[in-house]
Amino acid sequence: MSESKKFLYVNRKAPYGTVYALESLEVVLIGAAFEQDVQLLFVDDGVFQIVKGQDTKGIEMKNFSPTYSALGDYEVTKMYVSKESLEERGLTVDDLMPLTYEDEDDDWAEKDSIILVNKDEIAALMEEQDVVLSF
Amino acid sequence: MLHTVNKSPFEKNSLVSCLEHAADGSAILLIEDGVYGALNGSAVADKVKSVMGKSTIYALGPDLDARGIADKIMDGIKVVDYAGFVDLACENDKVQAWL
Amino acid sequence: MATMTVNGRELEVDEEGYLIDLSQWDKEVGEELAKSENVEMTESHWEVIDFLREYYDEYQIAPAVRVLTKAIGKKLGKEKGNSKYLYELFPYGPAKQACKIAGLPKPTGCI
Repeated sequence: MSESKKFLYVNRKAPYGTVYALESLEVVLIGAAFEQDVQLLFVDDGVFQIVKGQDTKGIEMKNFSPTYSALGDYEVTKMYVSKESLEERGLTVDDLMPLTYEDEDDDWAEKDSIILVNKDEIAALMEEQDVVLSF
Repeated sequence: MLHTVNKSPFEKNSLVSCLEHAADGSAILLIEDGVYGALNGSAVADKVKSVMGKSTIYALGPDLDARGIADKIMDGIKVVDYAGFVDLACENDKVQAWL
Repeated sequence: MATMTVNGRELEVDEEGYLIDLSQWDKEVGEELAKSENVEMTESHWEVIDFLREYYDEYQIAPAVRVLTKAIGKKLGKEKGNSKYLYELFPYGPAKQACKIAGLPKPTGCI
């Protein structure tokens, strides 16, 4: 395989008020076809994208939150979530959807995709990327 | 009068500005991303609570459901549906939308 | 808006023949969509179609070919989880053609 680059998608917007979250998800799905090393970061209002129990029937918009659970199939196995952003919003990791992937190299064992990170870890994470995409 | 807020309080100061400028007895309705202002234990929760005795705070139910936070809101916030939104608009002589 | 007719029912489709409202889909509609693609449906074809519909129901997307191949292999056995098998069933591309017959939108990233 040709050398793969590290891609970080930075998600900072709430899911339904603007189209950023859905656009980001579609770009992730398209980009995953190119077999790069793809990681997602949810920070600021972006953490709202993966809150569990979303039900959009009443607002007549597509509920795209179940699609985040498919990202493990697309070999997106690292979803970084800002600890400070959760706290500021009165949320904990238990309020998020349980996102997992199956590790092919470990007899398909189910593993957590969500990794909680603080500000310093996010700064370092951004520095180590080849490409950062902002939404 | 009725104030509506449709922006996330963590991204814009619409909610905080609304809370500071709403007269006693007004109705404040959170809609769209504004419903995040209803979250219990958030960084703006104390500010919201501080006006509760003076103004009535409402949140639009379908917007809470869409965002998965209907069970995470503060006590004292009244949840309304679209019909309730219409009622609030009719009951009040003026509407200020904090965009 | 283009339409297709199944047993007297008029159903809306897009300019490429994909069903607009996936809740209108049933096996009869699938048969009719297969005819428009010149695909003769067999038990093996339906197996893939059912899989796609279940996947969509759970994740709200049609999977990319690579994902479909791997997932089929896991669910239906290794001998079916390869692109040769899937292309034999759906010669014009498993994702594109099978999704159409399953009444799903065209997969994201599929041009």
